[in-house]
Amino acid sequence: MNLWLIPLCPLIGFLFNGLLGRRLSKQIVNIVAVGSVAAAFGLVLFTLSQIYPIDKPIGEHDFTWIQSGFLNIGFDLTIDRLTAVMLLVVTGVGLLIHTYSIGYMEHEDGYGRFFAYLNLFMFFMLLLVLASNLLLVFVGWEGVGLCSYLLVGFYFKEKFAGDAANKAFIVNRIGDFGFMLGIFLLVARFRTLDFNALAAAVKDLPVEASFGGLGLITLLLFVGACGKSAQLPLYVWLPDAMAGPTPVSALIHAATMVTAGVYMIARVSFLYDHSPAAMHIVAVIGLATAVFAATIGLAQNDIKKVFAYSTVSQLGYMFLGVGLGAYSAGIFHLMTHAFFKALLFLGAGSVIHGLSGEQDLRHMGGLRKAMPITFITLGIASLAISGFPFSSGFFSKDAILGAAYESAPWMFWVGVSTAGVTAFYVFRAYFLAFFGKYRGHHHPHESPLVMTLPLMILALLSAGGGFLSVPHWLAPMFPVAEHENLQPMIISSAFGIGGILLATLVYVISPALSDTLKSAFGPIYTLLVNKYYVDELYSAAIVKPLTLLSRTVLWRGVDEGLIDTGLVNGFSRCVQAAGSVLRHWQSGSIRDYATWILAGSLLLIFVLGLATGGAR
Amino acid sequence: MIDRIPLSAYLILSAVLFGLGVAGFIYRKSIITVFMSIELMLNAVNLSFVTFSYENKNIDGHIYSFFVMVVAAAEAAVGLAIILTIFKNRGTLQIDEVDSMKL
Amino acid sequence: MDSILFIIAAIAAVGCGLNLVLQKHPISSALSLIGVMSSLALLYLLLGAEFIAMAQMIVYGGAVMVLFIFVIMLLNAGAEKRSDKSMFAQIAGFPLLAVLVVLMSFLIRQTFPATVSEVNFGEWVGGTAEAIGKELFTKFLLPFEVVSILILIAILGAVVLAQKEID
Repeated sequence: MNLWLIPLCPLIGFLFNGLLGRRLSKQIVNIVAVGSVAAAFGLVLFTLSQIYPIDKPIGEHDFTWIQSGFLNIGFDLTIDRLTAVMLLVVTGVGLLIHTYSIGYMEHEDGYGRFFAYLNLFMFFMLLLVLASNLLLVFVGWEGVGLCSYLLVGFYFKEKFAGDAANKAFIVNRIGDFGFMLGIFLLVARFRTLDFNALAAAVKDLPVEASFGGLGLITLLLFVGACGKSAQLPLYVWLPDAMAGPTPVSALIHAATMVTAGVYMIARVSFLYDHSPAAMHIVAVIGLATAVFAATIGLAQNDIKKVFAYSTVSQLGYMFLGVGLGAYSAGIFHLMTHAFFKALLFLGAGSVIHGLSGEQDLRHMGGLRKAMPITFITLGIASLAISGFPFSSGFFSKDAILGAAYESAPWMFWVGVSTAGVTAFYVFRAYFLAFFGKYRGHHHPHESPLVMTLPLMILALLSAGGGFLSVPHWLAPMFPVAEHENLQPMIISSAFGIGGILLATLVYVISPALSDTLKSAFGPIYTLLVNKYYVDELYSAAIVKPLTLLSRTVLWRGVDEGLIDTGLVNGFSRCVQAAGSVLRHWQSGSIRDYATWILAGSLLLIFVLGLATGGAR
Repeated sequence: MIDRIPLSAYLILSAVLFGLGVAGFIYRKSIITVFMSIELMLNAVNLSFVTFSYENKNIDGHIYSFFVMVVAAAEAAVGLAIILTIFKNRGTLQIDEVDSMKL
Repeated sequence: MDSILFIIAAIAAVGCGLNLVLQKHPISSALSLIGVMSSLALLYLLLGAEFIAMAQMIVYGGAVMVLFIFVIMLLNAGAEKRSDKSMFAQIAGFPLLAVLVVLMSFLIRQTFPATVSEVNFGEWVGGTAEAIGKELFTKFLLPFEVVSILILIAILGAVVLAQKEID
């Protein structure tokens, strides 16, 4: 079982395109890039067909990475049922997005660079998913963060792109700090980071009634997940990351990288099961993020920003799911979200491509005649995210909300309200783009087949993916209570359909209503458009004091004053002073030298004669 | 009158003569006088060699003393030649004025 | 009898030594040095070192000191002048010297107690020329040859250093 071949394929693609991409034609770059991901996808299918059904996890140990004292960490890969789901999502959606990028990035500079980075990202993501110990997960974790930086800042000649890339990486790092602390505590307590070893070690520990050692560890790991998966308060990088090309937003910031946090929590579910306090915090923060981001999405005018906030909101739903203990529900929603969110972003990219770069919703409209395929596929995606009955989103969202209904009804009611809001703002964007009169100045045209084919495939998956019954597949790992209570299902779909109808009312039937609403809710609208001023708050409270501190105290004070002047120059001044004193010893006078010799020999005689008792 | 001279008397005499030689070296300012003090020190050491030779009833001490004398003679010859050269170059025989080897 | 001789020789030696240190003119110091050497020759005789006493008089008194006096007269060395330099030597010299002499005397007294070892003239007559010659040409042959080369080098050096400048 050569699992290491799966991440190797995109790595080879990265090296080839990275080193030689500039000198080769676009055809070759395409073939290598898409081919490597296709090869990885093929390998995944082949491996899964060999070990289906995966009753027992398959692991392999490739080589020992760290061997230090009691700590023994190897390059270990493993496949179990959870990994299988993630592998299929990552390679499958990744393959579709790579194909789409061929058309989208056709006229851009740095073609080879783009595909090289995309392949590198696939490598790290596959490493993250296949890893069998937490440190290797962290390697993949950091690697995808790096690729996110490289890809968000792809248009590096624009200042806002570089700033957005910096923001993404730095905020991620803050989360990673918590993650690292969690790893350190795990090593200190259990002396291993291997998942199987940890599960065995934790099995016999009692469930902590209140916040204890395991609660601290899991909470720190969750801080890392907050950074990577854009939850409160570390979500601020995701909307700005829309500065990158749209396929990047689709792959990284919708389908795969941001879901790494959810995957990680599901992976170490055995730790979370022992700390209900931490799980509660996870669920609450997930729910709060879902609500918060949904409200901001209501007022955004950039189509990609709307979908970015909806990503944050849907991630909140996933964390709500895993926080309630419904791990399989969270992973199920992860998969369906990958389908419809990737489709939403790729569709938005198709719209942007057709309008030659226009992203503002206020300059779109009536595109359904000019871009029919995009119109239909985006419609399917919007229905899925709204939880329209029997779409994929319907099943996955219901799994989460059903779990909420069982354990914490107040969360259920907040969740369904947010679902309604979600439906409303997604369809607001949809109607503003495709209905009404065209308000822009470009010539809209449909995208080429290489872009619309992935859209169609993803639309099929978004519509029918719900029937793939992931919770049933994951049941041996995450026991799911079979609930046949139809009530939450009906209520959530009602809220969803209600949101769609409201959006139809405001934006299709009587468009003037939107302006009336805007002026009626004036101050609230301003608050929402400015994203609750969170970025300004962070800048004033954290960023500015920190730069001030660095500049005045650490740079001028410590570096220049203490180290340069005090230590380095001071040392040389000491030497000079000593030298200027000592040089008077060499006076040139022979008589002085003779006296010194006399003194020295006197000392010798004293030592030899008296101290050692003389000699006879 | 004391009829027997203790051995230590000779040695102490040698020590005193040595000290006088050192005093001459440190306090005299003419180069030639300094050189003569060096000869005085060598002589003091010769005395102590011969004394020890008497005490051990062994003639090796005399041989050492002999060699010291030979070397002192050679050294005196060369040293005085050097003093001549210094006098030719500096025009002075005071030690304190030959102090150019300093920082 | 030998004790009187010892005392006379000792006082003469120390007296001449003091004179060497205290005199202003180099020629007086040179003459005092001759006195020291003569008293030392007497002391050598008292210790039974005949050959060494003779060599002392001939080599030191007859050759080295004459050389010194020649050079003093050649250079017309005058009386010394006062000097302000070398303050360290002038101040710290005497205390250190005193400590040196006292310390060495103390050590000598400690190592050779007065009652145990004594010197009697005539007790040992092994310092004959014959004995020295025998040792010199058998046991100390190598140093002997080396020293003769040393003298040769000294001669060459003295000749080279003292010759007139060749323009």
